[in-house]
Amino acid sequence: MTVAVTRKPVKQRRTFSGGVHPPERKGLAEEAAIEVLPTPAQVRIPLLQHLGAPCKETVKPRTEVALGDVVGESTGFVSAPVHASVSGTTGRLSVTTLPNGRHVSVVPIKSAEAQPLSGRALFDDVFGGEWPTDGLERHEPKQIAEAAHEAGLVGLGGAAFPTHVKLTRNESKPIQTLLINGSECEPYLTADYRLMLEAPAPVISGALLAQRAVGAEDVIVCVEDNKPKAAEALSSAAEGTGVEVRVLKTKYPQGGEKQLTVAVLGKEVPTGGLPLDVGVVVVNVGTAAALARAVFRGKPLTHRVVTVSGGGIKQPKNLLAPVGVSYQELIDYCGGLTKEAARVVAGGPMMGYTIGSLDIPATKGTSGLTVFTHGEVRRSEETACVRCGRCVDVCPLNLVPTKIGLAARAHDVDLVERYYGSACMECGCCAYVCPASLPLVQLIRLGKLLLQRANRS
Amino acid sequence: MAQDAPDKAEATAAGAEESAPAVRVAPPPHLSKAAITTRWMMMDVLIGLAPVIGMAVLIFRWHAIFQVGLCVVSSIAAEALFTRMRNQPLRIGDGSAAVTGAILGLSLPWSAPWYVAVIGSAAAIGLGKAAFGGLGYNIFNPAMVGRAFVMLSFARELGASAYVSAQSELEIITQATPLTAAKKLAADLAAGTVSAADAPMQLGRAGEFWPLFVGQVNGSLGETSALAVLIGGLYLCLRRSASWEIPAGVVLSGFILAGAANAAGLTPLTALHHVVGGSLLFGAFFIATDPVSSPLTPKGKFLFGLGVGAVIVLLRVFSGYPEGVMFAVLLMNAVVPLLNRWTIPRPVGGPVPRKA
Repeated sequence: MTVAVTRKPVKQRRTFSGGVHPPERKGLAEEAAIEVLPTPAQVRIPLLQHLGAPCKETVKPRTEVALGDVVGESTGFVSAPVHASVSGTTGRLSVTTLPNGRHVSVVPIKSAEAQPLSGRALFDDVFGGEWPTDGLERHEPKQIAEAAHEAGLVGLGGAAFPTHVKLTRNESKPIQTLLINGSECEPYLTADYRLMLEAPAPVISGALLAQRAVGAEDVIVCVEDNKPKAAEALSSAAEGTGVEVRVLKTKYPQGGEKQLTVAVLGKEVPTGGLPLDVGVVVVNVGTAAALARAVFRGKPLTHRVVTVSGGGIKQPKNLLAPVGVSYQELIDYCGGLTKEAARVVAGGPMMGYTIGSLDIPATKGTSGLTVFTHGEVRRSEETACVRCGRCVDVCPLNLVPTKIGLAARAHDVDLVERYYGSACMECGCCAYVCPASLPLVQLIRLGKLLLQRANRS
Repeated sequence: MAQDAPDKAEATAAGAEESAPAVRVAPPPHLSKAAITTRWMMMDVLIGLAPVIGMAVLIFRWHAIFQVGLCVVSSIAAEALFTRMRNQPLRIGDGSAAVTGAILGLSLPWSAPWYVAVIGSAAAIGLGKAAFGGLGYNIFNPAMVGRAFVMLSFARELGASAYVSAQSELEIITQATPLTAAKKLAADLAAGTVSAADAPMQLGRAGEFWPLFVGQVNGSLGETSALAVLIGGLYLCLRRSASWEIPAGVVLSGFILAGAANAAGLTPLTALHHVVGGSLLFGAFFIATDPVSSPLTPKGKFLFGLGVGAVIVLLRVFSGYPEGVMFAVLLMNAVVPLLNRWTIPRPVGGPVPRKA
């Protein structure tokens, strides 16, 4: 790899245009150190936890599986295998509905009495110990991507895009910069914050591995300025490794791949494209840590940090929880719901999905569970749009949300298209500021669906 | 009207667990900026109007209180009447009728008889708003629709002579409005009855800057004091309840075109006088900025403002009317859909690629 000798002094950019400042309310769980959830009696491993093709089950019912055994293998390139997150006995395949509305098959596993890893030992296995930052040359780029695939790594920021796809080199699209995303811009959520604070070493180590995999010249860890302690912890872990820690302005949705790319590098990701198209790869901090674990310890992605927070939770916590544990158990471990609990959301308040049942398994993409009280949730009485243009001002993609939304409501597909409806990433800034409380995100989703249908026929 | 699932934003989830009390399903985001509501925006406009109303009361005394008060009351009554006729839920609480009434009242001369205010308010709310489907759907600025209606119906009660009363305890209203004086002077200059040397004297106070700026001149109730309008208008822009692009555009194009017209000898008033005189500023900050009848995009708003400013000056210079704000706003309102269409912003990352 050649390093450019003369480099233009780049103006340090710290943000993107548009966006909103919702109340952060991270204080609820910010100080709660990551706790290891006791091994649940049963987990249910969904066979589709990522964007892409579903897995095919590889175990028969009533089979003994050990922690980390593959229970579903990927069926395409854009797919990631799933693993047993406890040791135990499998049950019959069943179906569950994930918060995003997809029906997926799940492999239930009844936990055995004796678990190879639990409590402190589990935490140390996932985050503790030594994480090398040099001598990475012995890991071939291809092997790193391969290890990510075998470990079932997906983006842990929420979108759950299979990581090995990002890490696989594409000769026609060289990568200059690797961004490690520690923005965690969703209010309430503190899982990434605790991870950066308590386990900065695997994040940096994983970042260097990802850099080697994609061949990037620069690695920049991006943290918002509302998490100074995390930035500090990462900076000291990154000392002497060449990894830069960049502090960004706190603004939602800073953690969106496209916003982050604009904010840090001033590069616009083409609409319908990926950061890859402008020589950038974005990897979440949790994913980086999981990559380090996969490469150095050969361990698959079976656990992740989940924030359980909100005014409707008795004791907000950050939990290291196995994939497949039910939301009910996560909530129970946090003392249960309070009397004022009104709405349970998978994810954060800006983009999370409300769920009607707590009998849903957590997946690799479950970054948090937020329970709102009546006082916290959005009021929903809709009035007429007065075209104040606030949605236009805050749209980080420079769209005209109200036009798209109202066109969708009137089933005017042409108008949805003319206003670039399909470019919307549904971050929710528009609906957040709307004085008329229009359900803009939902309307735009409808518009995108109509557009898709019209293009198909 | 297509009534789709999104209208039922909240539905109690079926099969909610017993342990999960009142689990409600709704689309994200689950938070909202509680401080912003339509009502709050309208209240902001009323706060912004406060200095203007205060100045009007200071200058025109009880005439201003009577006129603005009557317009606000009749607008609210008209709103109630028309929403009832349309079997719609009453939404007087959103404050939009009060804003329409206040702006209409401030755009009238002090002498307008009571029926002008009442009919103007009814036309503003009925023709300007309810006929299009109520708040949010009107194409034209309701207050200006009402004013145009009474202006064409009661030409004498609202003409230049309505502003002047020779015998009055209020000294200001014994003089012609600055723009009427300017119009007359322009005609006299053209006819040769007044020499150019006498021009400043003919203009009287309208020729001086400070009286015009502070508001020691005759005019419609809300327009005389540029100072009060600027204070209220800047408040609105800072609160982002009005978009700064619109007044910026109006003032910019008004200034440039008025300067050109003055240089060409078409108007005796300088560009600065044109901007602070008459209702250009009041229109720029309070009338043209009506969100419903102005464009959505920043670029569209600026173009809209430029258009309003240009038409104001054209009407002042070339039409039979001394003032042109009302027609300028109504005319540009009609162009808003086009402006919106021409100024669709380029999305970050470029337009959506067409599928081959």
